[in-house]
Amino acid sequence: MAAAPDISMLTLYEKYRDIIEKGSSPQVNAERQKAVEAFNRLGIPSNKKEAYKYTNLQPWFKPELNPVLTNKGFEGNITEIFKCDVDTIDSHTIFIVNGHYQNGSNGSVLPDGVLVGSFTQLSKEHPKIVETYFGKNAPAQEDGLVALNTMCAVDGVFIYIPKNKVVEQPIQIVNLLSGEEDTLVFQRNLIVAEEGAQARILFCDHTLTSNRFVVNSVTEGFVNPLANVDFYNIQNQHNGTVQFGGYYFNQEAQSVLNANYFTLNTGTTRNNIFMRLNGSHAESHLSGLYLTDKNQHVDNFTFIHHAVPDCQSNELFKGVMDDSSTGAFTGRILVSPDAQRTNAYQSNNNLLLTETAKMNTRPQLEIYADDVKCSHGATVGQLDDNALFYLRARGISKDEALILLMYAFAYEVIEKIKVPALKEQIRELVEKRFRGELDKCDSCIICNQLADKFQELAK
Amino acid sequence: MLKIRNLHAKIDDKEILRGISLDVKPGEIHAIMGPNGSGKSTLAAVLTGNEAFEVSEGSVEFSGKDLLEMAPEDRAREGLFLSFQYPVEIPGVSMTNFMRTAINEQRKYRGLEPLSASEFLKLMRDRKNLVEIDSDLTNRSVNEGFSGGEKKKNEIFQMAMLDPKLAILDETDSGLDIDALRVVANGVNKLRRADNATIVITHYQRLLDYIQPDYVHVLYKGRIVKSAGKELALELEEKGYDWIKKEFEE
Ligand SMILES: Nc1ncnc2c1ncn2[C@@H]1O[C@H](COP(=O)(O)OP(=O)(O)O)[C@@H](O)[C@H]1O
Ligand SMILES: [Mg+2]
Repeated sequence: MAAAPDISMLTLYEKYRDIIEKGSSPQVNAERQKAVEAFNRLGIPSNKKEAYKYTNLQPWFKPELNPVLTNKGFEGNITEIFKCDVDTIDSHTIFIVNGHYQNGSNGSVLPDGVLVGSFTQLSKEHPKIVETYFGKNAPAQEDGLVALNTMCAVDGVFIYIPKNKVVEQPIQIVNLLSGEEDTLVFQRNLIVAEEGAQARILFCDHTLTSNRFVVNSVTEGFVNPLANVDFYNIQNQHNGTVQFGGYYFNQEAQSVLNANYFTLNTGTTRNNIFMRLNGSHAESHLSGLYLTDKNQHVDNFTFIHHAVPDCQSNELFKGVMDDSSTGAFTGRILVSPDAQRTNAYQSNNNLLLTETAKMNTRPQLEIYADDVKCSHGATVGQLDDNALFYLRARGISKDEALILLMYAFAYEVIEKIKVPALKEQIRELVEKRFRGELDKCDSCIICNQLADKFQELAK
Repeated sequence: MLKIRNLHAKIDDKEILRGISLDVKPGEIHAIMGPNGSGKSTLAAVLTGNEAFEVSEGSVEFSGKDLLEMAPEDRAREGLFLSFQYPVEIPGVSMTNFMRTAINEQRKYRGLEPLSASEFLKLMRDRKNLVEIDSDLTNRSVNEGFSGGEKKKNEIFQMAMLDPKLAILDETDSGLDIDALRVVANGVNKLRRADNATIVITHYQRLLDYIQPDYVHVLYKGRIVKSAGKELALELEEKGYDWIKKEFEE
């Protein structure tokens, strides 16, 4: 007999139900109701569930945690204080604190009709957009963690790019975690790029305080015909962070999506990265780099669904794993019966620096069409001793040679970054990380200045 | 400069070097010849500190220091250089970054300030001209996708950059066409000074037409079985290695 699902988080929802529903739009609350039922059935997945085999999040999501269900805000004028301190990346920056949008935009003017702001607020103001998109991608009826998010999340970022609008400036979302006790954070994001729209969106995930954080964040992304979206997630959180990140994208005809996931530091991370190629000649480029040490754990579960003919997907994930860290990669590719002339390429390469680091990698191909080009490859290996000796024989110390080789392994993923300033910063961050100079987010150069200010402000 | 005494080395309990003694003085060029599998590359690997080989007996002194005690990087910093028989491809490490790191680590060891960006670039340019290497090669990852000849030229380029006291060239001539051979030999000759020395490992006379050795040694089954002047190389060229094999077969 299967064990009963763990639905203890329901008590949290029931306790705070009024607060949760009060500010939300009726449509979002309607989805919430369906999610309550789903969660009751599904619960938090344990590692007995095949998709969660390598990561058991059940012990972490407990109602005893301190949930942040309202926008705590802060004193002072955040717009003034946060006014563009980051000179290297010229971006339109906004801040999310514990899942709640702060009026922290750097004030840059966005093209007409482009919306970047609070999910709570904009979902109320734009019921049409919500009706068309919200809940259409994230599988609240199938995955207990998505059901939990849909049930409890109140705020997050809402990004809407109207037809044919091109947003030149990268849109940077700084997701900050801050608290005094063990904190539970829910965040719900919606990204819509209408036909022919173009945008580059950057999520930076950080921790500001040393307490434990358990995060459940779900992002739905819609890349409509001919739209072009670059999405970057840079995760640099302390080792006491447990983050479930669900990223569910839908792509329509001739759209291009580049999605890049960098896990530089974390405690436990589980990413669900889903792409549905739902219009012909759509292209999906997905890449990831995870650098783990100590007892960190990173699990990237990717699922690319070729639902229609003539689409292309490319997937590259790489990991450098030290100490007793563990990782998992699942590369699920589903090619529907109609999806002829599909091209799907996948690879996952891992570098284990110790004998105690462990990696589980599994491709899962389900191909129901016959005219398909599909390749996959997975490697788990050690550093090349010959290369190490070659470098040392030129006078380079062993430590420095190791850094060069680790960087050499990682660079292929870094090279995929299309924002030059961001590429440069990631290069530096990765190198710092390999040197052991990047223990916590407070050394992150992307937004440390901003983070410092926020901390001052929060006092 | 280099004093090898009764050097024995093994791998997986198989003894490959079986008592080698050799002296190299500043300004000298030594050629080590011998049939395939006689232990030439092993000697180079042991001298440069490749940990795959275990030294079971003997000693090596380099500029008055115990070479066998040192880490590979310190041997290089003391001025030892090996042009590898099989240079390693290292995708993702650019030649420029590789050389800058190597030079500055060597300078640090000697108590010198790192080279500035412009000094470094100037040095690169000078040395590239010296060894007639394609400028394009230094823009790429270390040896990645290089042809056999390009790899060998790249070894000589690195030698020119690092300016070693003692360079060991392990079959740097093999697989080179005559033009590349000339380039490599010219590079070596231009870098030659009264205070440095070279060991040329080869099994052809060809390279020795361009680089005139002071001594020629024949290595066979882990031992130096013959040493003489450069005329020995000609003799080997004429007669092949069979007579050596016959004479020293046990
Ligand atoms: N890594 C190794 N493992 C096992 N045997 C080796 C290894 N390297 C060299 N040998 C053996 O040592 C002997 C000498 O090889 P090597 O030094 O490469 O010869 P040479 O350079 O003179 O052709 C050969 O018998 C070879 O098979
Ligand atoms: Mg050899």
